[in-house]
Order: sequence, then C-alpha cells, then structure tokens
Amino acid sequence: MNAPLHLWLIPLLPFAGFLINGILGARLPKWLVTTVALLAPLGSFAVVLSKTFGYFGSALIPAFQTITETCPNPWFNIGSLHVDFTFVLDHLSLVMLLIITGVGFLIHIYSVGYMAHDKGYWRFFAYLNLFLFFMTTLVLAGNVLLMFVGWEGVGLASYLLIGFWFTKKSAADAGRKAFVVNRIGDFGFLIGIFLLLANFGTLTFSEIAAKLAASPAWTGGVLTATALCLLVGATGKSAQLPLYVWLPDAMEGPTPVSALIHAATMVTAGVYMIARTHFLFDRSPFALSVVAIVGAATALFAATMGLVQNDIKRVLAYSTISQLGYMFLGCGVAAYSAAIFHLMTHAFFKALLFLAAGSVIHAMGDEQDMRKMGGLRKKIPITFWTMTAAVFAIAGFPPLAAFFSKDAILYAAFVQGTGGEILWFVGLVTALLTSLYMFRLWYMTFMGETRSHDAHPHESPWSMLGPLVILALLSIGGGWIGIEKFGAFLAPSVGAYSTESSIPHLEWILSGAAVLVALIGWYIADAYYRQKPERPAALAASMPGAYNLLANKYYVDEIYGALFVKPLLAGSRWLLEGFIDWVVLGGLAWLLGGIAMLSGAILQRWQSGNLRSYAAWLTAGAAVILIFALVVARQHGVIYLNILPGGIHGVGH
Amino acid sequence: MSFLHQEVPLSWYLLLSAALFSLGVVGFILKRNLITVFMSIELMLNGVNLSFVTFAHQWHEVKGQIFVFFVMMVAAAEAAVGLAIIIAVFRARATLAVDRIDLMKL
Repeated sequence: MNAPLHLWLIPLLPFAGFLINGILGARLPKWLVTTVALLAPLGSFAVVLSKTFGYFGSALIPAFQTITETCPNPWFNIGSLHVDFTFVLDHLSLVMLLIITGVGFLIHIYSVGYMAHDKGYWRFFAYLNLFLFFMTTLVLAGNVLLMFVGWEGVGLASYLLIGFWFTKKSAADAGRKAFVVNRIGDFGFLIGIFLLLANFGTLTFSEIAAKLAASPAWTGGVLTATALCLLVGATGKSAQLPLYVWLPDAMEGPTPVSALIHAATMVTAGVYMIARTHFLFDRSPFALSVVAIVGAATALFAATMGLVQNDIKRVLAYSTISQLGYMFLGCGVAAYSAAIFHLMTHAFFKALLFLAAGSVIHAMGDEQDMRKMGGLRKKIPITFWTMTAAVFAIAGFPPLAAFFSKDAILYAAFVQGTGGEILWFVGLVTALLTSLYMFRLWYMTFMGETRSHDAHPHESPWSMLGPLVILALLSIGGGWIGIEKFGAFLAPSVGAYSTESSIPHLEWILSGAAVLVALIGWYIADAYYRQKPERPAALAASMPGAYNLLANKYYVDEIYGALFVKPLLAGSRWLLEGFIDWVVLGGLAWLLGGIAMLSGAILQRWQSGNLRSYAAWLTAGAAVILIFALVVARQHGVIYLNILPGGIHGVGH
Repeated sequence: MSFLHQEVPLSWYLLLSAALFSLGVVGFILKRNLITVFMSIELMLNGVNLSFVTFAHQWHEVKGQIFVFFVMMVAAAEAAVGLAIIIAVFRARATLAVDRIDLMKL
C-alpha cells in the first residue's frame, strides 16, 4: 500500500510508551502517565486501521496485497542463513492486529478506572504497553525467529503482569509457574525452529511455504516431527493439554491482564502460530489429527473443571482453556479461518466477560467468590446487561457472535471425514457444558438474593463501563460477517477448506443441535441455581467421588507435582546439591585448601623464631649451592664460578 | 732457612680464610650472646676479605682490594648501627640472649 505509515510504527509506539512510563513513570504526574499509556495503543490501532482501509479501498472490496517491510540492515548472517527484521502484514496478521490493538486499547481504557487507586499505576501501564509491543511483533513477524522474540516477550510481559502484586506470595508463585510451564512449551518451539532450519535452510515463512509448494510430494516424516514440535510450543502458550495448568493460576494478576493477555490475545498466539505455519501442518495429516484431538480433549476437559469452580475468574479461566480447545479443534481439521473467526469472537466476548467480572469484583470490594455474590442484577445494571450479552454469546445463542464461529468449527469438524463425528460430538458436549457453567455463573452472580451483606455494591466508573458497552456490541454483532465472507477474506493467508457434505441441510441440523444443547445447558443451570439453589450441594453430596475429582481439578496439579516437580526437586537437592555441589565441587575446594594447609603446617616448623636455626639453614643453603656450583655442575661441564684472571664473571663456560 | 725465601703458597691463605669464615659461621650459629654473634659476623667478613686480598695479590688485580675496601666500609656502618640496636634491645629487654629476642614486637 502507498500509505505513508510504516508497519514498524505498530509495535514501536507501544514500546515508546513502555520506555517513557517504565523509566519516568514514577516521577510523572498521573494524567501524563495515563495519556502516554493510552496514546500508544491508540496510535497503533490508528495505523492498523489506516492499513485496513488501504486493504478495502473505497468500495470495501478486498485488495489482495500483502505488505512486507524489511529493515535495510540485516539482523544477522551466518553462512547461508540470512535473518532480517521483516514485518509482514497479510490478511491473517491484519485480523490479529485489529483484535490486539483494538481490544487492547479498550482494555487500556478500562484499566485507567480499574487500577486508579493502585500504587503501581505507572508500572502497570508500562507492562501493558510492553506486552502490546511484543504481541504485535509476534503477529507481524515475517520469520520464525522474530516471531519467537515476540513469543518470549509476551511470556515475559505475562510473567510480570501475573506477578504484578508480587508482595502476595500466590501471585509471585503463579507468575513463576506460568513462566516455567511456558518454558517447557518454548523448548518444543525451539526444537521446531531448529528442525525448520535444518530442513529448509531458511526461517522466513514465505520461503518455507514456497519450498514446500515446490515439492508437492513431500509429506509426513520430518514435517510431522516439526509440526509436532511447534504444537508443543502452541500448547504451552495457548494453555492446552497437557500444559494448561498455568492459566487458572494466572488469574492472580489484575483483571484487565486476565482479559487482555490471558483471554483475548496472548493465549491465542498458539492458534495464530499454527495458522501461520499451516502449510506445514497441511502436509502432515497425523500432526493435524493430533492438533484436533488435543483441542477437543482440552475443550471437554476444561469445561468439566469449570463446572465446579467458585471463583468467578477461575470459571472464566477454564472457559478460556475450553474455548482455545475449540480453536485448536478448528486448526486440527484444517479449518484455519474458522479457528481465527472463533479467535476473533472469543476475543470480544471473553474480554467482555473478564472485564465485566472485574467490574463485579470492583463493585463487591475485591470479592471473587461467587458464593458471596448474588442479586447484583439491580445494583450494577450496566455490568449486568453487558455480561448477559457475553454469557448468551459464549453459550452460542443466535444471532450472537459465538453462535457463528463455534458452529463454523463444529461444522468443519463434522464434515472433516474420519472421526469427524466424534470430534463434533465432543465439541457439542462441550457446548452443553459451556452453556451450563456460564449460566451457573450468571445466576450465582446476578440473580437471586444477595448473599453477602457486608459489601455495598456500586456501579463502576464510565472509564470501565464504556469498554464494556463497546465489547458487548462487538460480542453481539461480531459474528454477523459470517464464516463464508470471513473465510474468503482469510483464504489468501491460510487457504480455504472444504465445506461440502453429502447430507442435505446439514448446516441447519448442526446449528439446531448446537442451539438445543445451549438451551439444555441454560435449563439445567436454571433448575439448579435459580429454582432450587440447594440442589447443587445435594447433588455434590450424592456423588462425592465425582465432585471431589472435579473440585480438585482432576488432581492434575498434584500429579504433575508428584511426577515432575518432586523428582526434579529431589534430584536438585540430592544429586545436584548433595552430590555435585557438596561432594564433588566442595571436595575439590577442600582438597585444594587441604593441600595448602598441610604444606603450611610442614613449612611453619621452619618459622621457629629461633635466630640460630635460621642461620643454620642459611649456611646449609649456601653450602648446598656452593657444592652444586663447584662439584656437581662442573662435572657436567657448566662453570658458574670463574676465578681466572680478567675478572669475576657470574656465568661463564 | 730456605723456606724463608719462599713465598707463602696460595692455598695457605685460602685455608686461613676458610678457617676464619667457618669459625664465624659456627660462632654465629652456636653463640647465644648477641655481641658474640655480632663479632662472629665480623669474623666472617674478614675471612672473605682475606681471600679477596689473596686473589688480588695472586693475579695482580686491584679489583679484589677495592672490594675489600667496600666490605670494610659496610662493616663499619654495620657495626655502628648494630651496636646501637644492641644497646636499644638491652635497654628494652634487659637481656642479650638471642633465644629470648624472638618477637618482633616489644
């Protein structure tokens, strides 16, 4: 495009915001911190919007052109490997950027109200801007390595923001847990990068795609291995089985962080990465089916755990994991555009859910336990209505956003062929559970009578309500574009998928089924949580085994603790600290010290302080040297003392 | 009395020099009195001086004699400083036994 605005403005504006607020924030007045913090994402969003209008032209016709910007100086050249700072704006990254900067800007506004009384106000916005810098870098990256920089950077920002209230031990621990679990995933990603480098000799996405296109017969084998390694990285970042454990704990961070990083943007990086490298996954049916199975299993597994949580944010966290499972399922059946479609609508309604939950928490005076809420419908009406829009959206009621995107994924799964029906069925059961736990949250929070009389709920300021209203409108209307148009727009980036089916009216049948299960979920929640609020406890008491299993989250944290953490700790303590550190290294240090001490003990006997013994040693030494010079050396033909005429020479022959 | 006309052989001088030096060494090591130790050092110096002079005479070289002057000069300075130290030590310790003066500090 001929727009004068450069792509690098998109990541660098938030970075400038980070630098200003991060270095000077403590000394700047609060209004200035706010201005800088809001201008940075607003500027990025404006640049993205200008590019978007460039795409569509005046007649809203997509002009299929990709913008590539490369820094004139290379990043590095090693042998035949050339890596540049390349930013690529294509249809996929455009959609992602609109979500990231748009939703990100709304969440920045919300944070102004939410964090208004926090001591670390400037620090919070510095971190948020840093996150936007890395996230936009990740999305714009034209090669795997630059993407990895962004990938690690968002992990860092996530760590900093989860542990934002670091004086609280649980928050600091959660931040560390997120970082360590993500490292495991990143290890897989790194191996994937090495495999790409070894097999393609380049890290640029377009070149890899071109090389694959040049050899159409190349499938499976090393491509499967590479794809699976990348998948490991994606499961870490996107909180999929088996690396999802960090996301529920990440709710220790401030709520806007949960909305921005752990719902709308960062956790979708794994989905984006798979869509970005789809040409690789397309060549490996095995890797694709692994992606689909991981996604479906995670969706179902996380939804069941979400059923019994009492912390409002944790319900949403498990819901996020579950929805990310849908996106993986979409990727796994090669319906990348459907996955990205769901990613977009999910960003709207899940950010809204988190922000509304934050508004509820704010209203309740930092109370997160839903058992102490209830009856908030009339006290905070705007929060209630926006949250209601989000709940109906995620439950999949037409014509709200998730109805379209979730159906697109389920439909693609159903028609995918072998085993597609099973994936579809798992997705449908998950939809039922989703509806159930969301309406449970809705009833426990807003309906019925208030259960806590200590709190005096009050509506949040408009800086918080404004983003809620905008996101509510997006959650309602975000899906109206429809998967056909959306898929057609994304097709140049991620390709199209087949939607043909031999069954007539299949689309209507599947949509009807999805709406039906959403209604069933609502009905069950209504029966249990509105009509007879004592029934859930009775049900839990009648099935203690199942309830405890769910309430303790399948004991996964405990199993990981016993399988990995404890052996690692024991290995560190006994092998590394006990043996290597104490015995080997400590032994070496003691050996050296012991030699010095022993020789000292022997030599100190000479230092008797007895002048005459010193004199005796002196004499003996002189005698030895003399004898050596006169007798021994002379026998070997070396003359040290020359007493011939012509003078005394020190050394002679 | 023909031996009166003969020159004293070189080895005699050297033997005397070695004997003087050895006496000095033995006295230095064995004697306890600081003054005696001091005198033993002078004895060693003079033993060396004798061998210098001997060789200077033997080889008709003046360098050896110059060395002797140097040694005598150093010995004189040493005697002045050394005796002063000995007096100071005796005032502080009331003894001149070297075995007792084995601490650097007073």
